[in-house]
Amino acid sequence: MESNRIDANVSVFRSLDWVTIILYVLLVSAGAVSIYAASYDFDNASMFDFQEFSGKQFLWIGLSLVIGFVILLLDYRMYEAYAYPIYGFVVLVLIATIFLAPDIKGSRSWLVFGPVSLQPAEFGKFATALALAKLFDSYNFTLNAKISNYFRALILIFLPICLILLQKETGSALVYTSLVFVLYREGMSGLVLFSVFCAVLYFVVAVKFVDPLVIGMPVGEFSVFVLIMVIFSAMLLFYCKDFIIGRNVTIGFIFSAIVVGILSSCGVEVNGLAYFISILVLAVAYTLIAMFRHRIQKFLITVSFVAVSVLFLFSVNYVFGNVLEPHQQLRIKVALGIEEDLRGAGYNVNQSKIAIGSGGLTGKGFLNGTQTKLKYVPEQHTDFIFCTIGEEEGFVGSATVLVLFLGLILRLIYVAERQRTPFGRVYAYCVVSFLIFHLCINIGMVIGLCPVIGIPLPFFSYGGSALWGFTILLFILLRIDASRKERRD
Amino acid sequence: MSKDYNLAKRKYVIAGFISLIVVIYIFRLFTLQVGDDKYKENAESNAFLRRVIYPARGLVYDRNDRLVVFNQPAYDVMLIPKDVGDFDTLALCDVLGITKQQLIEKWMEMRNPRKNPGYSAYTPQKLISHLSQEDYGRLQEKLYLFPGFFIQTRTVRQYNYNAASNILGNIREVSAADVERDRYYRSGDYTGDLGVEKSYETHLRGVKGVEILMKDAYGRIKGKYDNGIHDVAPISGRNLTLSIDIELQEYGERLMANKIGAIVAIEPATGEILALVTAPNYDPSILVGKDRGKNYAMLVRDPYKPLYDRALQGAYPPGSTFKPTQGLIFLQEGIITTSTQYPCYHGYINRIRVGCHGHGSPIALKPALQTSCNAYFCWGFKNMIDKRGTKPSGQLTKWKDYLVEMGYGYRLGVDLPSESRGFIPNADFYSKSFRGANWSGNSVISVSIGQGEVLATPLQIANLCATIANRGYFFTPHVVKHIADTVIDSKFTEKHAPHIKRQYYEDVAEGMRMAVLGGTCRTAALPGIEVAGKTGTAQNPHGKDHSAFMGFAPYDKPKIAIAVYVENAGFGATYGVPIGSLMMEKYLTGKVERTALEERMLNSNTIISSGVKSH
Repeated sequence: MESNRIDANVSVFRSLDWVTIILYVLLVSAGAVSIYAASYDFDNASMFDFQEFSGKQFLWIGLSLVIGFVILLLDYRMYEAYAYPIYGFVVLVLIATIFLAPDIKGSRSWLVFGPVSLQPAEFGKFATALALAKLFDSYNFTLNAKISNYFRALILIFLPICLILLQKETGSALVYTSLVFVLYREGMSGLVLFSVFCAVLYFVVAVKFVDPLVIGMPVGEFSVFVLIMVIFSAMLLFYCKDFIIGRNVTIGFIFSAIVVGILSSCGVEVNGLAYFISILVLAVAYTLIAMFRHRIQKFLITVSFVAVSVLFLFSVNYVFGNVLEPHQQLRIKVALGIEEDLRGAGYNVNQSKIAIGSGGLTGKGFLNGTQTKLKYVPEQHTDFIFCTIGEEEGFVGSATVLVLFLGLILRLIYVAERQRTPFGRVYAYCVVSFLIFHLCINIGMVIGLCPVIGIPLPFFSYGGSALWGFTILLFILLRIDASRKERRD
Repeated sequence: MSKDYNLAKRKYVIAGFISLIVVIYIFRLFTLQVGDDKYKENAESNAFLRRVIYPARGLVYDRNDRLVVFNQPAYDVMLIPKDVGDFDTLALCDVLGITKQQLIEKWMEMRNPRKNPGYSAYTPQKLISHLSQEDYGRLQEKLYLFPGFFIQTRTVRQYNYNAASNILGNIREVSAADVERDRYYRSGDYTGDLGVEKSYETHLRGVKGVEILMKDAYGRIKGKYDNGIHDVAPISGRNLTLSIDIELQEYGERLMANKIGAIVAIEPATGEILALVTAPNYDPSILVGKDRGKNYAMLVRDPYKPLYDRALQGAYPPGSTFKPTQGLIFLQEGIITTSTQYPCYHGYINRIRVGCHGHGSPIALKPALQTSCNAYFCWGFKNMIDKRGTKPSGQLTKWKDYLVEMGYGYRLGVDLPSESRGFIPNADFYSKSFRGANWSGNSVISVSIGQGEVLATPLQIANLCATIANRGYFFTPHVVKHIADTVIDSKFTEKHAPHIKRQYYEDVAEGMRMAVLGGTCRTAALPGIEVAGKTGTAQNPHGKDHSAFMGFAPYDKPKIAIAVYVENAGFGATYGVPIGSLMMEKYLTGKVERTALEERMLNSNTIISSGVKSH
């Protein structure tokens, strides 16, 4: 019995995915170096002084390696068996956190144990991933079989989201929405993903481009209407095998657009909104008639998509102006480049852009970054750690880090696809989703392409919780992957 | 199974999505880091504090190497707002000798972002500038009572002589316009104002040094950048040696006390100005320190305009000091010879009458100069302008050209700011003023005796005197003799010679010598020194005649040429001659023996007879 276990362990290390391990080690090491650089002061404290950020971070890294090692030693079946209990336990901790955590800058997400603080939201990720994997691993479970299956999956996802929102940690809560990738991979209609993409696109275009006016409406709104018409045509052409209906609608759109263009260039005042609404209503009516005549069910999707798009567009201005809080509006405006609020909300982003931009091609050299050393970038060792890399290692260094992350994510997608059970696959895609979200949002905000949402850069940002959270997430996957050949059921 | 296979293809969508995002991000990084230099500049202005190290301003010496202007430490009360704890404001007011109200005002001024855009609670801020030596001593002693306060030393100008403020000028804080005009300046710098401080600013100021310090986001200094290898040491300003004899200058100013006017003394052989006195004057040291603004305003408001340098800017009718120029022109033009005689029956009587005083008639050039005969020069002028076969306009143009060559009508180009050009009328001027009607020598006759339209500055008069002393050439007058480590502008070492024969200058000089020996300026005679001179009594619309004199000595090897102009002081012989003569005596012998004359000049007051007038 004893020797069997040792054999199993030996085989674990033999079948471990070393590519992932190497990428992990590279990223964590780069992260350690960056933390050291970011917290390096001119007083020049020792690298291993545990009072310093870097010293503490080395401690976290050492402990996370131990955690990773322990995870590899444990039996993979344990994660399947205890998936729900672990999830339940973490949910309880998340609930407790709401009440027990002290208020730190308005959020109640940190549990304090003497000198150590932990953020349970970070540990919610692997628990949720395990639970979701366990759900999809249920006998004969497919997402599209019953609508209730969607609900079961969504409950698992939204329970931590709600609890973390109650802790006032919006960023960490939003991370869980990335699990939409898992649902997509497991059969959710691509239309949902497409709709989300369109919604974001509409929002950005409509909010950002207010001037100038085109045929009596803001150019952003105008563009969204044009976009809706293009998507309308494309969907009709895509769904209709013989193209006739799609072609007719497309020709109608183009012809009407030419007429409107000529009219307005001749000085006739065209009411743009009336034009778009009437041409879309006509097209929708035509499509509905065609749908009933030719019994093409999918046209219903097209029509509803168009209708929802138009409604969404109308509600964007209302939501932006009346629902969002002023500081949220400001963050969005700053991220979209509408406003440059360099003293307030835009300060962080502007300073981080300066820090990164000043790095040039090859950077200023290790520990030579002035912007980060002199504390111009707030949160530079946590959420804005990427600035240090950008400033000191330049384009070469920061692009390399991005490529390493991409490599890790692509490798994990490969690992996910070679799993023989839904459990392994779903779990792996959860890890992929979390990494994608963290990477996109964190780097996007640092380089000024996304609104500032306070989430860490995996393996880089200072803090034990995040590092341990991602280490656990990754090593459980490695352990499951290592035993994929053992499974015979 | 096929369905599963279809779902497996979705990995490409997910992988494609993240790959696209990473490509976009890398592209964005590229534009930020490689494509745009804006961020590098921003980063430098963020993190580097380029602290200017001010060079010592050049010192100013007189021609005998007596130190005239030097630098002295001044003290500013500084503080770092964040370090300032509770302190006894009344005690501070007491030490600094100000009221609580003033302290509050200073404090608000310091905090006012418009007046002090660099305000930060973490960096040193200036509360009060220009502390006096005594205040400094008191505050230094009590400094421990005021946490966060400290005293910063900088240098200000100090003056060894209460003299020459018009030559020396002073320094002031730069204006926004200065900063705009010259990239050397930054707000808060000092620059020369008036005098050589202004005209030799680029030599005196030196070159600022810079040390590059690193500051953090709170503005705190975190040490030198790269151990200071990029720092630049300041280069001290160049010292100036004036051509001014500061003691002569001081003496001149004393002689001109309670008078309005000017004295200009030039070394003929070099064009170096020995003294450039304007009266009334002011003590240069009142424009230093914390009362500068107040005192400057006071000088501006003063009805006698002490800031107005009459030696350079005063355009006066030259009166009879102009007559030598006429003699020279007539001789050169062949209108007269030294033996030509003109009648003078108490004046020039030829349809019009220009009065004159009693002397023999007819009279030749030299005695005419000796007695300052108006009629002689009127006849000469008339004969020149109305010369047969010529037009008055052509002749007047010739006449004007000679005068321009002698330095009249245009700025001489002295190395001091704001010089006036005087006025010499040309033919156009008369065509206009006579509205096209014919005019002749008679119509404009008064210019021949330095009245009418002709205006000259005391500097131009002195320059004429130096030219006669040199018998036909001059150097552009200048007040700076030597600049350390470099040479003065070559235009000051370039000889200017009017197109008039040396012999004619000799003749005119002789006439001036006769005036001292037995003519209008007998008071100018000095024992053992041959002096030549010419008086001037200029009628003017402002009241009593201006008293003028020009002269040079010694006659054969002139060391000094001088012009004196005293507004509304009467005959040239009354004030102009004695003052000019005392100056020459002082300069040539180093002392003044004629104490009675000296006393009279020192104690006389002509301001009373001179109304307040605008120039």
